Amino acid sequence: MSATEYAKPLPKPSPMSEPFWEAARRHELWLQRCADCGQFVFYPRPQCPNCWSAKLEWKQASGRGRIYSYTVVRRATHRAFTEPYVLAIVELEEGARMTTNIEATPEQVRVGMPVSVFFDDVTPDRTLVKFKPA
Amino acid sequence: MSLKGKAAAIGIGELKPFKTPGREIALELMARVAAEAVADAGLEKGDIDGFFTCVPFSDPGWLYPASAAEFLGLHPRMLNIVDTGGAAPAGMFWRAAAAIDAGLCNAVLCVIADLNREPEHRLSPFSVQREFEAPYGNIGPNCSYAMIAQRHMFEYGTRPEHLAKIAVDQRTNALKNPLALFNDRPLTIEDVLSSRLIVDPLHLYDIVSPCAGGAAFVVASRDIARRAKHPPVWLLGAGEHCHHSSITYAPSITSSPVQAAAQTAFGQAGVTHQEIDFVSLYDCYTITVLVSIEDAGFCKKGQGGPFVMEHSLTYEGDFPCNTHGGQLSFGQPGLAGGMSHVTEAIRQLMGRGGERQVKDAALGFVNCNGGVMSEQTSLILERKS
Repeated sequence: MSATEYAKPLPKPSPMSEPFWEAARRHELWLQRCADCGQFVFYPRPQCPNCWSAKLEWKQASGRGRIYSYTVVRRATHRAFTEPYVLAIVELEEGARMTTNIEATPEQVRVGMPVSVFFDDVTPDRTLVKFKPA
Repeated sequence: MSLKGKAAAIGIGELKPFKTPGREIALELMARVAAEAVADAGLEKGDIDGFFTCVPFSDPGWLYPASAAEFLGLHPRMLNIVDTGGAAPAGMFWRAAAAIDAGLCNAVLCVIADLNREPEHRLSPFSVQREFEAPYGNIGPNCSYAMIAQRHMFEYGTRPEHLAKIAVDQRTNALKNPLALFNDRPLTIEDVLSSRLIVDPLHLYDIVSPCAGGAAFVVASRDIARRAKHPPVWLLGAGEHCHHSSITYAPSITSSPVQAAAQTAFGQAGVTHQEIDFVSLYDCYTITVLVSIEDAGFCKKGQGGPFVMEHSLTYEGDFPCNTHGGQLSFGQPGLAGGMSHVTEAIRQLMGRGGERQVKDAALGFVNCNGGVMSEQTSLILERKS
């Protein structure tokens, strides 16, 4: 780990999303789940986007999912990123999708590939949720 | 309620896009195309009583319509921004027709200009993309369109050469357009496939080139349109739909809201796909055109690849598409990018397509796309014989 400052964009959590990022710091993946319609909700919101119920509960997710789609970024639009890197949308077992990085070589990655979560402590107080081949 | 035949486009103004802006601001470009469009319509500045614009990426600010109207010396009875990204030009067209139909105004100037230059001040609203996507390196639209293409290839067997064919045919069109940024040499499928991979599976020539520019058009009431200089281009049907902002949260990334938008537009117009003489489809990327062809119903879902291989998308082909070259060859002047799809459709229907005129063009389908296949607005336009 180099001593240079972390130059990539960092999330700035809101009161709504703080529980998600705090869980990530504990190396846990937590999602909201609607107590009325049962749908898992990502990103955090004050009410369910499916049924507008305000009864959202935080639940720990399995951390397992599949690659819904991905790209290998060979020309980044932000200078702090080292090319190539794999950007993906992962569909979690719980049904919610999230944008993330896959720690794998470009040749390894496939649509539909099973992946599991890991936690990247990018700064002392910020942890990103990433995935690697399961 | 229907907007069918309630208003028509009667004049256009358009700049040749350019790569290197000097010290000008977007409003200067806007003034030029506004004056050109109003003169082309055979109207005077004082005839314009409605005004739609967009806040340029290069000059973000608040209360923009009034600033722009003041700069132009307009005194509108109805003014607003249409903030649906690349879908805005088509969105302005039907909103203008609706305002005219409601009796609020008679002649609406729709204008967008932008520069490929970073603004001095960036707006920083609460942004889900900034919190949940930018930290992973999803910044700007490239990655998201690449993921749409990747998933389309997975679900339907679409191939890179299918996407390349779209860029190639559109370049053939651009060769006949003096205003196009890239009109000096043809492209081949091999050129596209051997160009640098930027975001798998998209190559350099699958992606628009940012530039500066602007365009305008005037939408007028039936009374004004009947007295216009050029043949009026009537709005027959319009549809709009949105089901996501980021594709991460879209129900499907390979099926877009173009389906609902186009269905509404066709339903309102009461015409069939077979009657359409040409299409003008927003093309920030080649995959955008492929998905739009499918979702607008010109071929079966998933068959866009074989469809573009079997048909010619050139102005003299059997499925003329983006006869101005599309933004891929015309250039994407920032937020004004979608304008060229509307101005070109108007030009074709007025019979002013020059060397690239589609023979006997009477009915055109336009789709403008905002964000990442997010906001979609479809129009069906007609030249009455």
